Amino acid sequence: MAKYKLQINSKSYQADVEPDTPLLWVLRDHLGLVGTKYGCGIAQCGACTVHVNGEAVRSCVLPVSAVGTSKVTTIEGLSEKGDHPVQVAWDEVDVAQCGYCQAGQIMTAAALLKKKPKPSSEEIDAAMTGNICRCGTYHRIRQAVQVASTKTK
Amino acid sequence: MKLAATAGGGLLLGFNWTNSGAATASVVNNTALAAGTEFNSYLSIAADGIVTIFSPNPEVGQGIKTAFPMIVAEELDVDWTKVKTVQAPLDKNKFERQVTGGSGAIPHSWKRLRQAGATARQMLMEAAAKRLNVPAGELSTEKGMVIHKASNKKLSYGELAADAAKLTAPTDVKLKDIKDFKLIGTSVKNVENKNLFTGKPLFGIDFHREGMLYAMIQRPSAFGMKIKSADVTAAKAMPGIVDVVTFNNNVAVVGKSTWQVMKARKALKVEYEKEGDLESTSDHDRLFTELMNNGEATERRKDGDVEAAFKNAAKVIKSEYQCPFLPHSPLEPMNFFAHVRPDGVELVGPTQTPDLARNETAKLLGIDPEKVTVEMTRMGGGFGRRLKADFAIEAVEVSRLVKAPVKLIWTREDDMTGGSYRPAVRYRFEAALDAQGNMIGYKLRGVGINAGNSTREHNFPSGAVDNLLIDSVEHKSPITTGAWRAPITNFLAFAEQSFLDEVAITAGKDPVQFRLDLLDKAKKAPVGEIKYDIDRMKAVIQLAAEKSGWGKKKDVAQGFSVYFSHLSYVAQVGEVAMQNGKPVLKKIYAAADCGVVVNLSGARQQVIGGVVDGLGHAMYGNLTFKEGAPEQTNYNSYRLIRINEIPEVEVHFVDNGIDPTGLGEPALPPTGAAVANAIFKATNKRLKNQPFIEQDAFKGVS
Ligand code: FES
Ligand code: FES
Repeated sequence: MAKYKLQINSKSYQADVEPDTPLLWVLRDHLGLVGTKYGCGIAQCGACTVHVNGEAVRSCVLPVSAVGTSKVTTIEGLSEKGDHPVQVAWDEVDVAQCGYCQAGQIMTAAALLKKKPKPSSEEIDAAMTGNICRCGTYHRIRQAVQVASTKTK
Repeated sequence: MKLAATAGGGLLLGFNWTNSGAATASVVNNTALAAGTEFNSYLSIAADGIVTIFSPNPEVGQGIKTAFPMIVAEELDVDWTKVKTVQAPLDKNKFERQVTGGSGAIPHSWKRLRQAGATARQMLMEAAAKRLNVPAGELSTEKGMVIHKASNKKLSYGELAADAAKLTAPTDVKLKDIKDFKLIGTSVKNVENKNLFTGKPLFGIDFHREGMLYAMIQRPSAFGMKIKSADVTAAKAMPGIVDVVTFNNNVAVVGKSTWQVMKARKALKVEYEKEGDLESTSDHDRLFTELMNNGEATERRKDGDVEAAFKNAAKVIKSEYQCPFLPHSPLEPMNFFAHVRPDGVELVGPTQTPDLARNETAKLLGIDPEKVTVEMTRMGGGFGRRLKADFAIEAVEVSRLVKAPVKLIWTREDDMTGGSYRPAVRYRFEAALDAQGNMIGYKLRGVGINAGNSTREHNFPSGAVDNLLIDSVEHKSPITTGAWRAPITNFLAFAEQSFLDEVAITAGKDPVQFRLDLLDKAKKAPVGEIKYDIDRMKAVIQLAAEKSGWGKKKDVAQGFSVYFSHLSYVAQVGEVAMQNGKPVLKKIYAAADCGVVVNLSGARQQVIGGVVDGLGHAMYGNLTFKEGAPEQTNYNSYRLIRINEIPEVEVHFVDNGIDPTGLGEPALPPTGAAVANAIFKATNKRLKNQPFIEQDAFKGVS
C-alpha cells in the first residue's frame, strides 16, 4: 500500500492503495466518484473514460502510480452545474437508453471538441468508435456531438 | 414508502396498476393504511401543486420511468414540468407484475395508469365544484388548473388537493378520447437525464454501504466441469482479503476493494474435474446435422396433408439456417448487494425480477419471503439477463457465509463466460410450390441447444399455407441458456424471413407482394388458428414499402422483412449499395405498429436501438466453445457493433389508436433478414448463418 495524492476535478484527494490499482477503482471504491463506469477493464469499451491533463484516457488500465500530479477530470467535474455544452447537448438530443455508457461517451466527446471544435462526421465516428453503447444509441450520440459543437465557442 | 410525507394538506391516491381485478383507485388515509389496502402505486398532489408518481417498475432503459408518469399526467391534465417520479421499492405482496421483460410494461398498465390520472382529475373537479358552488359539469381542466369558464375562475390542483382528499374516489371515470391527447405521443426527455449526464450513483454497481465488503466468484472453467479442490492460501494472504469461502461450485473471494478481490481471485489454485460433456462448437455442428435428420421431434403445429403436398409439388425449396450462442453483454455487468442479518435480508441491485430474487432468497435461507426486502436500482441494460436471480442469490450466499454486507460483482469475463446465453439453433425450412408458384406446403424443423421450443408455430406464415408441419428437436447441454431480447424470434425471424425471400424469388414473385398475397389468403381462407392480426401486419408491410420506395430505386438493392412479436408488428427494408465490389449497408427503414406511442423520443430510440442491436449481433455476434469453455471472454475477441458501423435508420409508426402493445423487443427480430435479403439482391449471395461477417458474402470485407 502507498499513499497517493491526486488532483481530481480541481480538488485534492488522497488514496491509500496498491500502486497497480487502476485509477477507475480508486475513483469508484475509494473516493466515491462512481460516475466513471466499469465495462470491460481492458480498454475496449470506453465506459471508464476520464480526462488526464485534458486527454481522454481509459481509467481501467491506468495504474494510480502513473497518475502523478496530472490533472484528472471525471464526469462529476466536467462542469460545476452539469451545463457543459456536451452535457446540454446530450439532454437536448435525449441520448440515453439505459445510460450506463453515457458518462464515458460524454467524456470522450468533450475531449474531442476541445481539440476539434467543429469535427466532421468522420472525425466524430473516429473519436467515438472506442466507446461501446450496448443499447445502440449511436445515432443520437453522433447527433449530440454535432449539437454540442454548435454550442462550443 | 413514506406515505406520511403528503398527509399534510395534499391528496394521496393509491392505485394498483398491475392487477385488473384489484380495487380501483382510492384515497389513501390512515384508515386505508391501517386496513392494509393493497396498492402498488401512488399518486400524490401536494399543496404546492407538485405531482409525484411512484412507479414500481424497474428501469432498464426502456424508458418507463418517463412513460408511466406521462400516461398518468395525460389523464390528470397536469403541467409536465410539475410532475416528479419516484422509483418504489419492492413492496411485500403488492407487486404482481414488477418485472421488466417481454415488452410488457406499458401494455400491462396502460389502462390502470390512465384510470388513476382520470380519477384524481375527477376528484379535483368535484372539490372545485363544491368550493365554487357550480355543477361539476361546467368545469374543465388544463395544465394543473380547474377552470370555470362562465365565471372565469381558476383553482390550482394544489389548492384543491386537501379538499379532494376528503372525497371518496369515484369508481367509474371517463377516460380521454385518444385524439384529445396532448402529452402522449409527444417527445418527452428522459426524466433521469441530468443525473445520468453528471455521474450520479444510479446503478446497482454504484451502490455503497459503509462497511460493506466486495466479492467476486471463481466459477467452473467450463460448462461440464466442477471443482475438485481449491487451494486458497495464497489468495487469502493477499492484501485487503477478508475471507475466501466455497459454496456449490463456486469459490468466493471477499475483501475490502474491487481491485484487491480481482487480484486475489487470480491467485486461487482451483482444480476442476469433469462432471458432464465438454462440448465444442464443432460438436454442435455435428449434433445439429444428426438431430435434424434423426432427432426425436416434438410436433408443434400441423395443418392439412404435408406429405401429399410435397409429393405433388412442381418445385421444392429446402434451406437451412444456423446461429451461434450469444452472451447478453449488458454494459453494466451483473452485480448485487446483499446483507443477511439474523432478523432478515436486505437486497439492493439491478434486477428485472425482484420477486424472484426475494423468493429464491427466502427458499435458500428457509425464511419467510416477508423478511426479505428488495430495492431496485437502475439497470445498465438487461436484454433478458437480469430476468434471472442467480447473481442476487450468489450475493446472499456470500453474505451469509462471511456474515457481513457484501456487494458481489461480475467482471466482463465472468459475464461472457458465465452462461445463460441465447441458445444456438439450426432451422430447416422446406416449401412446396405448385406449377403457378403458389406455396402449397411448408415445413419447419428447429433444432436447439437448451432452447425449449425453438419454433413459434403460430407465427406467420402459419394460417396462410394449406399444408404445414412445424416441429422441434431439443438437445440438452451443460451450456446454460436463458431469455435473450426477443427470445427465439431474435434468430427465427431472420431465418424465416430470409427463407420466404428465397421462396418468393424462386416463385418469380416480388417479395413484398408475395407476403401480401399470403396474408390475403390467410384472411380469405384461414388454415387452422391465426394468432396474429392480418390487417396490422399488412399495414406495416405497406407502410415500409411506401416509405422506402420499394422496388423503385435504381442505385440501391433492397431487402424486405416483417415480423410479429410481443404483440407488435415491425416491417423493415434494408438498402445495400455496392462500393468497390463490396456490399455496403446504407440504410434501414422501419415501420412499427406498437399501438399508441406514449413517448415518441423513447419509442424512436427503442426502434433504432432494436435495429442496431439486431444488426450488430447478426453481423458480428459469435460465442464459440472449446471443450465446454467459451473462446471469447471480453470485447477484444467478442465483437459488438460500434458507431462507425451503423447505417442510417428511418423510423415510422402506424397511427391506429390501438392500446400500446410494447416496443422493447419487436424491432430487433426483422433486421437481420432485411439486411441479408438486400445483400442477396446486391450480390446473389444468400447469408444463411450468423454472424454474417464470417460468411462468404463478407469474406475480405471489414
Ligand atoms: S472499462 Fe475501461 S475501457 Fe471498458
Ligand atoms: S445507453 Fe445503454 S449502454 Fe449506452
